[in-house]
Amino acid sequence: MGFAQILANGVVLGTLYACIAIGFSLVWGVLNVINMLHGSFIVLGGYLTYFAWASTGISPVIILPVVAVALFVLGYALQYLFINKVVTAPVLTTLTLTFGLDMILYNLMTVFFTATPRRVSLDYGRIDALGVSMPVDRLIGMGLALVLTGLLFLVLKTSRIGRAIVAVRMDREAAALMGIRVNHIYATTFAIAALMAGAAGAVFAMVFPVTTNLSGVFLGKAFVICVIGGLGGVSGALVGGLALGIIESFAGVIVGPQNAITIGFLIMLFLLIVRPTGLVGVKGYE
Amino acid sequence: MSRKSNLTLIVMGLWVLALALAPSLLGNYEVRIAISIAMFTALALSWNIIGGFTGYPSFSTAAFYGIGCYVGALAQRSGVPAALAWVAAAAFVGGVSFALGAIVLRLKGHYFAIGSIALVDISRLVISSWGSVTGGGNGLNVPLLEGRPPEVSALVLYVMLGIMVLAFVTNVIVDRTRLGFGLRCIDQNEDAADMVGIDTTRYKIAAFVLSAIFPGAVGAVYASWVGYIDPTDSFDILTTVKVPVMAMLGGAGTLLGPVVGAFSFVMLEEIFWANFLEWNRAIMGAIVVVLIFFLPGGILRLDWKRILRRLSDRSKARSTDKGSAKE
Repeated sequence: MGFAQILANGVVLGTLYACIAIGFSLVWGVLNVINMLHGSFIVLGGYLTYFAWASTGISPVIILPVVAVALFVLGYALQYLFINKVVTAPVLTTLTLTFGLDMILYNLMTVFFTATPRRVSLDYGRIDALGVSMPVDRLIGMGLALVLTGLLFLVLKTSRIGRAIVAVRMDREAAALMGIRVNHIYATTFAIAALMAGAAGAVFAMVFPVTTNLSGVFLGKAFVICVIGGLGGVSGALVGGLALGIIESFAGVIVGPQNAITIGFLIMLFLLIVRPTGLVGVKGYE
Repeated sequence: MSRKSNLTLIVMGLWVLALALAPSLLGNYEVRIAISIAMFTALALSWNIIGGFTGYPSFSTAAFYGIGCYVGALAQRSGVPAALAWVAAAAFVGGVSFALGAIVLRLKGHYFAIGSIALVDISRLVISSWGSVTGGGNGLNVPLLEGRPPEVSALVLYVMLGIMVLAFVTNVIVDRTRLGFGLRCIDQNEDAADMVGIDTTRYKIAAFVLSAIFPGAVGAVYASWVGYIDPTDSFDILTTVKVPVMAMLGGAGTLLGPVVGAFSFVMLEEIFWANFLEWNRAIMGAIVVVLIFFLPGGILRLDWKRILRRLSDRSKARSTDKGSAKE
């Protein structure tokens, strides 16, 4: 494989990774909660897309927004009913609670969907250009991931609710004094994170097979990407995702795919110690 | 020494005795449960030192346990006697946790939690990709202990109980010495502890190592008992969350809390495994959720007197309601 091909694979993978990690990063940054449910949200998004596509034949690009809205509702409910009650508790409590909720969701998924790997197979062929060969469905996936990331960036940057989320992230008390309903913002943030996870799952299911066992893998990726890129911002997730995608792509060729994952974790541990704010970590979103 | 702490020791002594009598009084199935209880009590007590006393949200238990499994198994496969292999595993894991602790204990809060989970993932990935030594994803066969099955399970039970007692004694010693005092200070305010002259780094590393050696030994004994290990089982992320949940269920930072919590959790799990195999994981998750909301301090910190008073108040109120309705 040529250098350009490996780089292209890494970039495509990296945009998908960014899309996977962005919701996790948002929840960690704004709510200060490590959301162990995140991996299962992604898997759920992927499964829902697959089953909707398999039973109706509608294009997954149209199914994606519907799945995303469903995850938004689920996320809002989970945060409002459960996580909000302990949102200011120490990390041990919040992490354990989301892990407990994840065990329930995981069990529901294995019972209703079984653990069979599912993939939305769209046979669009490949494109060859500049010595790089890429399946078209991956390019569509990459495009969708970029569009989603861009939309979230715009929402946070320009919309009223987005500015409120940024304000709560910067200073919870001051935001509350300005008349922002912090609990509502927390629930909305969590819901947006679930929406992004569901959409990422839908995109993922078009490119790779999805199975419940992947939820831990997705969660691990989200950890690594957040630490590499830095918390809470769209730019952090994008930089972290692209960095991990490219690192894994090259490491996979040099030392084998299994070791590539280990290298990702080792880089994360190293960065945790020397630069815990990540490569582009910032306090707000500016 | 107060009367209350003597009571703690007596309760624990009786509990160890009761578990030790299992092989002579009960059947094979009950002995297996007793082994589980001893094993998880040892793990929960170990976690208690770093998670309970020091208040560091450590999720590394499965890493220590898994490395213990593999070191014990590899030592035994190369001809080392079982007992020596178990001690070697504990010592090795102690060394590893010293080195890793020096790295991850520089982190705090959320970052420490993530770092400690990463240790589990990294250990699992290294073990499964180092196929030439560890057998990779295919796992390893471990030489079986000699003797008839009931004798073997009795032996395993006694060894697990031994580790559990050692872990408990360590907890008692930590609780009563300068180390425990220092760790509690770190829990309350690490910067202040540092200011008044507690060598926080050394204390934290000591706590981390103490929380690692027993899981290492437990893993090695477990490997000899079941005769086969693989990376997915040895480094299970469920183990890593189950153990803190047990300690919190009983009451983290107390001496008997992890003991009560591990016993309750193993029994609950046993009941749910037997009756709701398909929904086992969801029910465990529901228990975790209930624990967080309704038992934040654990079973031992429940104010039983207040609960009883409230119950009797309520029944009194009901009877007076009836009385006033008649009037």
